[in-house]
Amino acid sequence: MKQIKSITKQTKENILKSNNLLWKRKWKIFKKNKFALSAALLIILLYILAIFAPFFAPYSPNRNFRNKFFHPPTRIQIRDEAGFRSPYIYKTEVKGWADYEINREKKYPLRFFTRGDEYQLFGLINTDLHLFQVEGDIPIFLLGSDNYGRDLFTRILYGARVSLFIGFGAIIITTFFGLIIGGISGYYGGWIDNLVMRIVEVIMSIPSFYLLLALAAVLPVEISSGFRFFLIISILAFQGWAGMARVIRGMVLSVKEKEYVAAAKAMGARDKRIIAKHILPATTTYVIIRATIAIPGYIIMESGLSFIGLGIQEPSASWGNMLTAAQNITKISDFPWLLLPGFFIFLTVLSYNILGDGLRDALDPKHK
Amino acid sequence: MKTYILRRILIVIPLLLVISMLSFFIMQLSPGNYLDQMRMNPDISRELIESMEEDFGLNEGIMTQYFAWLGQTLQGNLGESFSYRVPVTQIIGSRLFNTLILSLSAMVFAWVIAIPIAIYSATHRYNILDNLFSVLAFIGLSIPNFFFALLLLFLIVRYNIPLPVSGMTSVMHDFMTPREQILDILRHLIVPTIVLGSAGTATIMRQMRGQMLDVINSDYIRTARAKGLKESTVINKHAFRNAINPMITMFGLQLSSLFSGAALTEIVTGWPGLGNLMLTAVRSKDLYLAMAGLMMGSLMLVIGNLIADLLLAVNDPRIHYN
Repeated sequence: MKQIKSITKQTKENILKSNNLLWKRKWKIFKKNKFALSAALLIILLYILAIFAPFFAPYSPNRNFRNKFFHPPTRIQIRDEAGFRSPYIYKTEVKGWADYEINREKKYPLRFFTRGDEYQLFGLINTDLHLFQVEGDIPIFLLGSDNYGRDLFTRILYGARVSLFIGFGAIIITTFFGLIIGGISGYYGGWIDNLVMRIVEVIMSIPSFYLLLALAAVLPVEISSGFRFFLIISILAFQGWAGMARVIRGMVLSVKEKEYVAAAKAMGARDKRIIAKHILPATTTYVIIRATIAIPGYIIMESGLSFIGLGIQEPSASWGNMLTAAQNITKISDFPWLLLPGFFIFLTVLSYNILGDGLRDALDPKHK
Repeated sequence: MKTYILRRILIVIPLLLVISMLSFFIMQLSPGNYLDQMRMNPDISRELIESMEEDFGLNEGIMTQYFAWLGQTLQGNLGESFSYRVPVTQIIGSRLFNTLILSLSAMVFAWVIAIPIAIYSATHRYNILDNLFSVLAFIGLSIPNFFFALLLLFLIVRYNIPLPVSGMTSVMHDFMTPREQILDILRHLIVPTIVLGSAGTATIMRQMRGQMLDVINSDYIRTARAKGLKESTVINKHAFRNAINPMITMFGLQLSSLFSGAALTEIVTGWPGLGNLMLTAVRSKDLYLAMAGLMMGSLMLVIGNLIADLLLAVNDPRIHYN
């Protein structure tokens, strides 16, 4: 008995080792794909910007500069008569309605690591440190300002928190329920399988955006923005788990006929253990690829919902609801910087799509 | 085959029933109803509100309301819209038609553009144009429809391109001859079609390119070349016909996804379709209108899936149904 135990321990270590090797090889293939690698880096950068948004942003997201609405992006100057110097900006004077004139009399240098609006990092650390601000409290609008005179750059960073983490949250919930429900349905079969698959069919037969519309309209107006954030994640996940469960079920159906599952059964492993330890791990590759491909979809849906006013509500910023300001044709042509949040959505979605493609090439040996 | 089709059609009935139940209860979850907004308005008398409440059965329990709705719907009466004060059937028909026009034109646009490009890309692999098309395809896949629409609007306004940017008809539409009216609608169709068709174009392009590449490397193409056939014959007659076959599945999938994808595009470009109607209905808690929209959308989706499966069955003799 002791001998057997030591042997199994040894084989276990071997398996773990070869498993490690397998993932190492996959990582090697992925690393060669410079395109996908840079997309991954860009995504990481965006998440860092989002997490530390209060630090990178010069102001708090709801700080409005009166009289500075629809202010065009501020040009940062790095040269003057004497050649290159530390960056500075010029002050602008209000000339008329959303009309500004640059006042070249005085130079206002940028100051780094300055104190400004107070904020809480991770809800724990109280601080007022900002990456940059301009001397003399002259407003700087890196990407222009909106109709309330709020800094667009600041709001894009704060909006990134919503837009990036909604996709993340939704895919985690979707994957969790998809795996469990799909796993159970495929493993047990019979009436459970039948019931689950009928429910899946119903959800997948309602056009997804119509379902989202109906669900989002149900949300009461007066809930807090944090709670709303959570509810929108739930709505996206409610709509998304069905597709995941269906594919997982299909994979489980084929995996459960494999010899190693029969072996586990013969050794007396319980159902829960077989599903969790032997069957679901076989779906890892698919789940990773699927998640990477699904996240941009969620980001688009959230921004779409927020764009038409059913998602994240003002004054909270999300890339979608910031674009609402650009819906008016005259505003788009006069203040084109209002379209910038859309470029961030596009950039994020593009990076995720490239990353997903790269992961599929690296992880899926069948895919060419 | 016949029994398979019959069975698939029969499954649709319970499916729609469950969808209707689910949608009805979702709509009921929302606090308050349309009449609450009317109650706030001091100009509307209490009697009118009470009579409306009775007309629409809003003072009954949810179950009674649902079965009342179901009974009416089965008789072809989809109820009355609260906000428009006309039967839903009057509104929904034209809206559905508009959505179909837009979806179909986007589909035609996507296929007509994508297939030739894919063939070119596959036969000129990795040259400059092929790479450019690959990049464009990635962009087309990644750009959110509503943002793309805004960008197009921006370009049209900025460069004074004489294209209508919103709605389906111009102000003078009613005074035009029938021929001018059709041209007018076609002009309004251009922007929404490009917006809605872009993602489809990208997907088809990538898929078709992959298919073509698979086929071009197969034995029978080598044989065809070895026989001394002209390259154009090899590509157009042998490779193309084999590569387009699996694309039929894509066609079906697209058919169903277009209906739900159209909603946002419709809203941004002001196209008076089903999606636009759904938004108004959902916002004003116009229960029966929203229900009709959801049911119509689902019906279209189910029919799309059915057509996709049938096309696949007809196309691929290896698939057996019983």
